[in-house]
Amino acid sequence: MAENERAVDDDQPLLIADGLSKSYGRLTACRDVSFALHPGEVLAIVGESGSGKTTLLQLLSAQLTPSAGHVSYRMRDGVLRDLAALGEAERRFLFRTDWGYVHQDPALGLRMAVSAGANVGERLMALGWNHYGRIRDNASSWLERVEIDVGRIDDAPRTYSGGMRQRLQIARNLVTKPRLVFMDEPTGGLDVSVQARLLDLMRNLVNELGLAAIVVTHDLAVARLLSHRVMVMKDGRVIETGLTDQVLDDPREPYTQLLVSSILPA
Amino acid sequence: MTAMIEISNAEKTFTMHLQGGVQLPVVRGVSFQVEPGECVVLSGPSGVGKSSILKMIFGNYRCDAGRIGIRHQGMQIDLARAEPRQILSVRLATIGYVSQFLRAVPRVATIDVAAEPLIANGMARSDARERSGQLLRRLNIPGPLWALPPSTFSGGEQQRVNIAHGFISDRPILLLDEPTASLDAANRAVVVDLIDQKKRAGVAIVAIVHDDEIRHLIADRIVDVTSFAAAA
Repeated sequence: MAENERAVDDDQPLLIADGLSKSYGRLTACRDVSFALHPGEVLAIVGESGSGKTTLLQLLSAQLTPSAGHVSYRMRDGVLRDLAALGEAERRFLFRTDWGYVHQDPALGLRMAVSAGANVGERLMALGWNHYGRIRDNASSWLERVEIDVGRIDDAPRTYSGGMRQRLQIARNLVTKPRLVFMDEPTGGLDVSVQARLLDLMRNLVNELGLAAIVVTHDLAVARLLSHRVMVMKDGRVIETGLTDQVLDDPREPYTQLLVSSILPA
Repeated sequence: MTAMIEISNAEKTFTMHLQGGVQLPVVRGVSFQVEPGECVVLSGPSGVGKSSILKMIFGNYRCDAGRIGIRHQGMQIDLARAEPRQILSVRLATIGYVSQFLRAVPRVATIDVAAEPLIANGMARSDARERSGQLLRRLNIPGPLWALPPSTFSGGEQQRVNIAHGFISDRPILLLDEPTASLDAANRAVVVDLIDQKKRAGVAIVAIVHDDEIRHLIADRIVDVTSFAAAA
C-alpha cells in the first residue's frame, strides 16, 4: 500500500502556485508567482524584510486570499484541488492534519498556558483520538524526537526556553503526519547554538518523514542547510530560482549576488 | 562502451554585477568524454578553470552554453538544461563529489557525516554506520573521533572525512577536487588505493591533482584545461 501511495505521489506536484498576486490598495506585496512543489521537496523563499516572502507564504497556506492567481493542492485521494474552492471540512482537514505551520514566534503556534503534552495531543484529539493513554504516549514519543525531556510533559510552554518552545511547536505540527509544512523564519530570534541544534533536528525530521516544506527565511545558511530549491524575492517578485547550492554558489541576478556577498564570514 | 560523461562545447562566464557588470570568462569550448573505469585528470595552472569544470559537471555551477551529458540510470541527461529535481536525482544515484573543503552540518558526528550518502540511498542506519566505520578506519581516523563533529578536526582529518563521504557509496561517477592536497604520504597512498578500487569497479573519475606523483599513479588520460581557457 505504501508503494501505491508513492506511485500516485512522486511524479506529480503536491502544490502548484499559478500567477499568484496580492495587492493592498496601490501596494503590491506579491506579483505573479508561479511554481510547483513536489512531495518531499523543500523550497526556501529568501529575501530581505518587505520583499513579500511572508505574504507569499500566507497565500500558499490559504490564510490570505490572492488578488489574482490560484493555489492548487493534491489531496490525499490524488485529486488536485483549487484551495479557493475547498469546502469547510476539507479546509479543516488541511489545517489540522495534512499541513503544519511553524511560526517564527512559538507563542503564535502554541497554547502557552496548557501543558506541553496537551499542546501535542490537541491535534490528535481534533483527528478523533480519544484514548488518553495513547495520546499521552504519542505526545511523549514526539517530545523525545524533538529532544525535550519527557519529564517536562506536564509543564506549560511558557516555562520553556525559546529553543524548547520552537521544538515543541514542531512536534505539535508533525504529530498528525502532515505532508506539507510551512515555516516562517523558524530559527529567527534564537541564539546561534540553539539555531544549529534546531536546524539539525528539522533537517533529520524532514528527511525521515519525507516531508515537503516551504521555508521562509532571510538567513541563507538556513536555506543552504534545509532546502533543495530556493526562490529569491525582491519587491514582491521572484527574481531568481533554482537548485539551492547553484543559486548560492553561482548567483546570476544583481540582487542575489548582493545577498550572497553580504554574508559575514564566521 | 558508452561514455559516462560526455561534455561538448561547455562554456562558463561570470557576470559580476557588484563590480559594474564586469564579465569574467572562465572556460569555453570544453569538450571531453570519460568512459567507465577511466580516470581523467584535468591539468593546467591555478585559476584556469579546473574546479569550475568539476562544479559544472556536478550541477553546482550553471553552464551558459554547450552540453554536459551524464549517463544516469541508463539514460543520458543534459545537466546544463536539467531541472533542479533531476540534478538532485543524478547526485543521489550517479555522481559523487569530493570538494576541496568539508562543509559539514554543525553537531553531526563524523561517522554519520560519512554514512550520510548511504542513508540517503535507503540503507539502514546501522549498516551504513558499519560501512562508514570501516572506511574511516582505513583512512586512519581514530575511533574516539568518530562520535565528534568534524568541525574541530585538523585540515587533513577533515579532508579524510570528506573523502570517506565521497567514496562510501557506489555511484558510477566520481569527481575529485584535490583529494590529497592536505594529506601525508601514508594517507595519500590510501587514497590512491581507493581510487584504484573505484576504477576497477567501473567508476568514471574526473580529478584535479597537483601532485605529479599522484597524477602519474591515477591518471589514464590528461585533459589540458589551458586549451579551454576563455580569459582574454
